Amino acid sequence: MAALLGSSKRVLPGFTLSLGTSLLFVSLIILLPLTGLVINTSQMGWDQYWQVVSDPRVVATYKVTLSAAAVASLFNMLFGLLMAWILTRYRFPGRALLDGLMDLPFALPTAVAGLTLASLFATNGWYGAWLAELGIKVSYTWIGIVVAMVFTSVPFVVRTVQPVLEDLGPEYEEAAATLGASPWQAFSRVVLPELKPALITGTALSFTRSLGEFGAVIFIAGNMPWQTEITSLMIFIRLQEFDYAAASAIASVVLLASFVLLFLINGIQSRFMRRIRGNA
Amino acid sequence: MEQTLTLNASRPWGRWLLIGLGVVLTLLLLVVPLLAIFAGAFAAGVGGIIENINEPDMLHAIGLTLLVAALTVPINLVFGTLLAWLVTRFRFPGRQLLLTLMDVPFAVSPVVAGLLYLLMYGVNGPVGGWLDDHDMQLMFAWPGIVMVTVFVTCPFVVRELVPLMSSQGTDSEEAAVLLGASGWQLFRKVTLPNIRWALLYGVILTNARAVGEFGAVSVVSGGIRGETNTLPLHVELLHQDYNAVGAFTAAALLTLMAVVTLMFKSYLEWRLHSAEAQE
Repeated sequence: MAALLGSSKRVLPGFTLSLGTSLLFVSLIILLPLTGLVINTSQMGWDQYWQVVSDPRVVATYKVTLSAAAVASLFNMLFGLLMAWILTRYRFPGRALLDGLMDLPFALPTAVAGLTLASLFATNGWYGAWLAELGIKVSYTWIGIVVAMVFTSVPFVVRTVQPVLEDLGPEYEEAAATLGASPWQAFSRVVLPELKPALITGTALSFTRSLGEFGAVIFIAGNMPWQTEITSLMIFIRLQEFDYAAASAIASVVLLASFVLLFLINGIQSRFMRRIRGNA
Repeated sequence: MEQTLTLNASRPWGRWLLIGLGVVLTLLLLVVPLLAIFAGAFAAGVGGIIENINEPDMLHAIGLTLLVAALTVPINLVFGTLLAWLVTRFRFPGRQLLLTLMDVPFAVSPVVAGLLYLLMYGVNGPVGGWLDDHDMQLMFAWPGIVMVTVFVTCPFVVRELVPLMSSQGTDSEEAAVLLGASGWQLFRKVTLPNIRWALLYGVILTNARAVGEFGAVSVVSGGIRGETNTLPLHVELLHQDYNAVGAFTAAALLTLMAVVTLMFKSYLEWRLHSAEAQE
C-alpha cells in the first residue's frame, strides 16, 4: 500500500481532506443520481422495458435525433476544418474576432440560441422569408433540428483541430509544394492524415452533444409526434405524464449511447496522445 | 510566418476564397442570430425593454438565476480545486476512475441529468422520500435547480486545473513544506499564484453554463412562474405566451452575459499564453 501511494504522499499535506471531500462530492452529485436510474430501470421487467424503448413513437424519435445529429456533425466537421484552417494558416484583418466568435455557441444559453434561430427561420423571419421563396421550410421541420444542432456544436471541431494544425506548422505543406504537389494534394495527402484523429474526435464530440441537445431544438422543431420529436423531448413528455418508469427506460438507452460514445472518444484520444508522445 | 505568406502569395485567390467562405458562413451562422436577439428586444423600442424587465416574474427569474450561479460557482470552485489537488498530487487506487467519473456530466444529456436527480432526490426517490418525511423538498424548488446546475458544470474547473497542475509538478510545493509552510500557506502562496488564471478560466465557463442551463433545470424546476423559473426557462415561457419582445429581452440579458464571458475568456487565454511563454 505504501509503495502504491508513492513518496509524495508523505511530503504534501491535504490527502485526507481532499480525498474525503472528493469522495463525498462525487458520491452525492454523480454516483447517487446514476444509481437512481439503475434502480428504477431494474425494477421494470424485461418485457415492459422492451415495450417502452421499442414503442414506435419512441423509435421515430431515435431516427429523427440520430439522423439530424449525423448531418449536423458532418456539416460541423467541414465547417470546423475550414475555420481551423483559415484561423491558423492565414493572417487577415478581424482574425482575432473571428477566433473569439467560434466560442459563442458555448457561451450563449441554448434557449437563447433556440429562440433566435426559430425567429430567423420562421416564415416571416430574415432567413425564413427568403427561403420560403425557394420553397424551403426550416422551422418546424427536421431541417430546423439540424440547424439548431449545428449552431450549438460549432466549437467542437474547430477547437480540437486548431491546436493540432498550429503544432503541425506550415513546413509540411511547404515541403510537399517544393516537391511539386498542388495545394489540394499537399492538404489531402500530407495535412489531412495528421489531422484525422483530432477531426474524428471533434466530430464525435459534436455528434454526442447534438444527440443530447434539448433547449435549442425544442424552440425550432415544432415538436410534432412521429416527425420532429427528439428523444430528449420524449423523456421530458413521459416525465410530465408522471410515467417515471418509461422516462427512465428511454433515458437508459440515451445514457448507454452517450457512454459508448465517450468510451470511443477516449479511446481515439489516448491512441492519438500515444502517437504524439511516441514521435516526440 | 513569413514563409507562409510568401508561399500562399503564389495562390492568393485560393486563400481569399477560403477566408471569404469562412467569414460569410460565420456571419450567417453566428453573427446574424446574435444581432437578431437585440433586434427582437428593441422591436418595441427601449420602453418595451424597460417595461418587460420591470415585470415581477422577470425580476424574480433574474434574481433566481443570479442566486443559482452565486451558489454553483463557489461550490464547484472549492470541490474542483480539492479534487484537482487530490488527483495531481497523490497516487492512489481508483484515481483514474475518479477522473472518469468527473467526465460523466459532460456525456450525460441535460434532460437525462435532470431525470437522474428527480429519481434520486424527488419525493418518490430513496433520498428525496426520506427528506420529505423530514419536511425538506429539494426538487421543484431552488435547491434542486442548484444541485443539477452543480452536476452539469462540475467538470469545468477540474478540466482546466488537472492538466496544468500535472505539468507544473510538485517541486516548489515540496520545497515550501520543507521550509515549514502550513497547508493553507502552501496553497495560498505557492499553488494558487500558479493556477489562478486557469482557475478563473474554469470559473468563467462554470458561470456561463450555470446561468444558461436549460434542459436539466427545466426537468427539476417544475417551471412555477415567479417561484422556480430561471431566466432561460423564462425565455421559453414568454415565447409560449407570444410575448416576443419579452422573450427577446430576457434573451438579450443572457446574451450580454455570454458576450462578456467571451471577452473575459479571450483576455484569460491571452494571460494563460503569456504565462506559458514566460516559463
